Amino acid sequence: MLKQIEGSQAVAEAVAMCRPEVIAAYPITPQTHIVEGLAAMVREGKVGTCQYINVESEFAALSAAIGASAAGARTYTATSSQGLLFMAEAVYNASGLGLPIVMTIGNRAIGAPINIWNDHSDSMSMANSGWLQLFAETNQEAVDLHIQAFRLAEQLSVPVMVCVDGFILTHAYERVDIPDPDQVDRFLPGFEPVQVLDPDDPISMGAMVGPEAFMEVRYLAHHKQMQALEAIPALAADFAESFGRESGGLIAPYRTEGAETVVLALGSVNGTLKDAVDEMRADGQSVGAIKIVSFRPFPLAQLREALAGAKRVVVVEKDLALGLGGIVASNVRMALRGLATPVYTVIAGLGGRSITKRSLTRVIAAATTDTLEDPHFLDLDWQAVDSELARWKERRRAGPIAENLLREMGLVGHRPHGTEGPTS
Amino acid sequence: MEHPFAISLDVGSSLANHTGNWRTERPVYLDRLPPCNNACPAGENIQSWLHRAEEGDYEGAWRVLIADNPFPAVHGRVCYHPCEDACNRGQIDETVSIHAVERFLGDEALKRGWTIEPGPDTGKKVLVIGAGPSGLSAAYHLRRLGHAVTVREAGPMAGGMLRFGIPKYRLPRDVLDGEIARIAAMGVEFVFESKVEDIPAEMETGGFDAVFVAVGAHLAKRTTIPAREAGKILDAVSVLRDMETGDPPKLGRRVVVYGGGNTAIDVARTAKRLGASEALIVYRRTREQMPAHDFEVREALEEGVLINWLQTIKQIDATTFTVEKMRIDESGWPQPTGEFETIEADTLVLALGQNVDTGFLESVPGVAIAKDGVVEVDAHMMTGRPGLFAGGDMVPAERTVTVAVGHGKKAARNIDAWLAGGTYDPPPKHELADFDLLNAWYYTDADQSVQPQLDIARRASTFGEVVGGLDETTALFEARRCLSCGNCFECDNCYGVCPDNSVIKLGPGNRFEFNYDFCKGCGLCVAECPCGAIKMVPETT
Amino acid sequence: MSQRVKFYQTGTFTVGNRLLDADQRTVQATRERNNSLTSGHRACQGCGEALGARYAVDAAMRAADNRLVAVNATGCLEVFSTPYPESSWQLPWLHSLFGNAPAVAAGVAAALRAKGDTRTRVLAQGGDGGTVDIGFGCLSGMFDRNDDVLYICYDNEAYMNTGVQRSARTPAAARTATTPAVGEHPGNVMGQGKNPALIAMAHEIPYVATASVADLHDLEAKVTRAMGMGGARYIHIHVPCPLGWGSRPCDTIMLARLAVESGLFPLYEAEHGEVVDVTPIRRRVPVEDYLRPQKRFAHLFRGEGQAETLAAIQATADRNIRRFGLVPEEVS
Repeated sequence: MLKQIEGSQAVAEAVAMCRPEVIAAYPITPQTHIVEGLAAMVREGKVGTCQYINVESEFAALSAAIGASAAGARTYTATSSQGLLFMAEAVYNASGLGLPIVMTIGNRAIGAPINIWNDHSDSMSMANSGWLQLFAETNQEAVDLHIQAFRLAEQLSVPVMVCVDGFILTHAYERVDIPDPDQVDRFLPGFEPVQVLDPDDPISMGAMVGPEAFMEVRYLAHHKQMQALEAIPALAADFAESFGRESGGLIAPYRTEGAETVVLALGSVNGTLKDAVDEMRADGQSVGAIKIVSFRPFPLAQLREALAGAKRVVVVEKDLALGLGGIVASNVRMALRGLATPVYTVIAGLGGRSITKRSLTRVIAAATTDTLEDPHFLDLDWQAVDSELARWKERRRAGPIAENLLREMGLVGHRPHGTEGPTS
Repeated sequence: MEHPFAISLDVGSSLANHTGNWRTERPVYLDRLPPCNNACPAGENIQSWLHRAEEGDYEGAWRVLIADNPFPAVHGRVCYHPCEDACNRGQIDETVSIHAVERFLGDEALKRGWTIEPGPDTGKKVLVIGAGPSGLSAAYHLRRLGHAVTVREAGPMAGGMLRFGIPKYRLPRDVLDGEIARIAAMGVEFVFESKVEDIPAEMETGGFDAVFVAVGAHLAKRTTIPAREAGKILDAVSVLRDMETGDPPKLGRRVVVYGGGNTAIDVARTAKRLGASEALIVYRRTREQMPAHDFEVREALEEGVLINWLQTIKQIDATTFTVEKMRIDESGWPQPTGEFETIEADTLVLALGQNVDTGFLESVPGVAIAKDGVVEVDAHMMTGRPGLFAGGDMVPAERTVTVAVGHGKKAARNIDAWLAGGTYDPPPKHELADFDLLNAWYYTDADQSVQPQLDIARRASTFGEVVGGLDETTALFEARRCLSCGNCFECDNCYGVCPDNSVIKLGPGNRFEFNYDFCKGCGLCVAECPCGAIKMVPETT
Repeated sequence: MSQRVKFYQTGTFTVGNRLLDADQRTVQATRERNNSLTSGHRACQGCGEALGARYAVDAAMRAADNRLVAVNATGCLEVFSTPYPESSWQLPWLHSLFGNAPAVAAGVAAALRAKGDTRTRVLAQGGDGGTVDIGFGCLSGMFDRNDDVLYICYDNEAYMNTGVQRSARTPAAARTATTPAVGEHPGNVMGQGKNPALIAMAHEIPYVATASVADLHDLEAKVTRAMGMGGARYIHIHVPCPLGWGSRPCDTIMLARLAVESGLFPLYEAEHGEVVDVTPIRRRVPVEDYLRPQKRFAHLFRGEGQAETLAAIQATADRNIRRFGLVPEEVS
């Protein structure tokens, strides 16, 4: 059923249709509307016997989810940014225990400076935690990926993050085809855990494992991710058959036929990117794009194959590995290891900065002539940066970068350099 | 359940991990010797019969008791209970009133008519000379061992000092008669008023394989007191014997008893009951030094008996007795002070102790008589003549009923072994269960039960029993005050406090055992065992 | 028998005993006890926590008709009971993290409720560090929501698993690896620390109790009572640690007993924030009797000693006795 609906509400409805039995959540922008929506539906009795636990922190949220999942309940939670970091220990624990929890990440920057707007720093911080990470381009895909995520998680006994760009998707009203509950039920069977806390068949879960078996445990967790490389496309195909639309999969190429320059990105920026590709193709340039849906497992072979004809690759990513550069680009380079194909990194949209079609077109064009520096920081205010760098040269102690920059930009009270005392 | 590798485990799988190899010391269960048992001259297994009594199994308790002592009803009344002096409970609150429970069991047996079967016939015949406590005890134990027993007694009745030395108000005669009758019912032959003069001849004619002599000590010791005009002087043994056999002795209105032992007390109290307005004990030392037991002194004082401590009788002039005050020197001996007083009395009763009449033994080859007139025996109670055993007051030992009864048992066991051509070697004693081996915290606070006592007024005029028995409820309570020193009473502490579940509970009556596969040797079971029935021993390997 | 004699040698001070009525014996006295934490675990000799855990979980198992799920915080109890490839637990058991056991347990309880399983009960357990320090946020949340979980803290008064570091339960003046017995005021600082039972009471949850591994009847009664209720319940059990306290393994129960008898570890029960019962001190002892056998307090008795510190600790015990009325004649 088509609905003009806020992304968060659409995700909430999709999750509810997956019949979770326990939801534990803690408020944090921008995922809050999802769990608010679910709280309302649970309270209204629309989600069966589902228990909704108002926990005291994200750490508790995922911890409660761990308990619930270990007790055999289909379990869901959601978070963003600082919240994901606060639950970090439990993130690793859930995957280590092989608990098929589904968690929505309303992607948001990580502070300091505190920032509520979208980028992918949060998800990237947990990329190697053992969770599967699927990134949605649109709210339709967000809905579809959640339905697939429960089946995927339970099939492999591994937790799944569905990453939805904060505000850009979570707070956007768009037309979404909300599936019919019966359709979801047919696609998603009941949860049959591989292990469960059961007095009739007791087991000890969460043992301490020493050097004699720890590597094997880790290898097996990695192996699950490798299994997911096969399970995800199969699931997407099954989904397409059941629901009549393409959604998910490992990667989604767009006009890459014969493209010399292929641009890669995660999440919602793919919409803008496709527009840019269309425009550049119309302009006769040999450009295509590939959406990476599954960042974990990372589809190394599939990307290598998809990029086989490309002369160069541009990775547009909303994160920054400080001291290294692009995180996604580094992963892509691994897919292309041994090949001479240049990979350009475009760090873009950090902390919610807009990524415009115009800027994208500009950097892609620069890449096509191999004149793009790597990494490129999209729409960076070089004047502010240079001014601050100049000051660093004058003073041994740099002070807080954020505040100095804002002052430079005239956004907070300006004070002559060197003046001591509080700023507010 | 199929489960993921390593992070999930099967329940209880740690049973594969035998932590017993951590141990440097191992706990072991043991029975330690309770101080009461250790102190009992009759060798009673007191803790064991209390254990049964605690369960309300009175007959079972009684049967454990009589395995060592055929006179529980008597001993519950007249034994001076050294067991209680040793009782560890005295260090918590008050000792267990062991004698009161013993008496309850003894009375219960008489009331219910519990009997004892003799042992299977061995074809051996033993002559017992003397029907006092020692001889009766020997006869009883010999019958239990299956030997034929004849008891020869010079007097008219069985009981010896139990009858002729202990007043009725302490030991009612129906009780004594009942316990003796039970022995007679086992097939012991009694021959009264039949003094044995020639043991070898009696053995020959009677066809006896062994003899146990226990004729006691009833020759009263005398002392020489200068007398200007002789007054009425009696000896305590005769006074007490006359109480049983003929007319009560005429003691007069004012009676002085000379001596500080229990017999002195008995005579003074008897005199009060016979109507003496004044019964005065003269003793040359202090109350603390009196051989008489404190409770008897107390009861006597309650009944109006007077005691002059630190006095000796120096001269008698008809009814006037001159006494000299004494003082105790540094070494504890009484010394004259030169200060004199006079006392008026109608009768003087000497209670200065007794000697053994060993005349009939002096001619028996091999029998040695010691300087102080007692018969020498070896560790097996045998005299220098093979097959001739002796015990009781006539051999060197403390002269109490309980010692005598113990001698009877010991002699019987030795005679039994000797008859079989061997010697009796008692099993080695267990190590003593000292108080510091107990964990007294666990015992419930409970004061000793009090036995009822006859009114003072009635005690002055009758020979009714002074001290009453406990009723069943109180006796059970008292039995349950037992700490069971050194002997497991199945409190489950070891089973409960083991952090490694390495104690196996074997079920009621079967106690516990250690599972050394898992015991780490922490010693908590030992520390928390209330009764000290576990100890740690070093691992050898 | 004319009258029933209730008295028995040890009354109910011992674990059981052959003459007590079955209902007066402890779960631990029965051959049928579950041994929820069974043999082969790797706890130190004389471990109070291993003992306390079996006491508490067995009692809970009986109360729950053996339908119990346990969630365990990281710590000694977890490490010594479940090192791969062996587990000592004999019930469904889950270990997640150090600081999240209350939340994990809340999740288990929610799952059971969602599945309509009204029979299976949930118990969470951890040491003092996992409970009153790192796990305190989650514990408070569990109390706040009144989750249907019985949380049991085994308090051995420091981080023993990591080598005896101070926790918020480490008593004043105690030596730990992070509060060394040096300087002018050796050992842990006076006047700090948390009282989780009182804090639990401040949440007004249905049931809060303190218990000791030295008083099994009391401990089992409290676990049983707690299991008879719904909602969030908290039991704080004192469990001596020979390693961390510097005491002999065989003295574990004695020390727990002296802690109670000195007044330093008061035993009480509270319902909805109000104390409803206290276990009176049976034979009061000075705190010195409790402190002296422990090497962690050895500096209090060395040389000239620390009379002031001792007096302050005694004052704490006295205050507890007054506050909870532990010695009946001293109440008024």
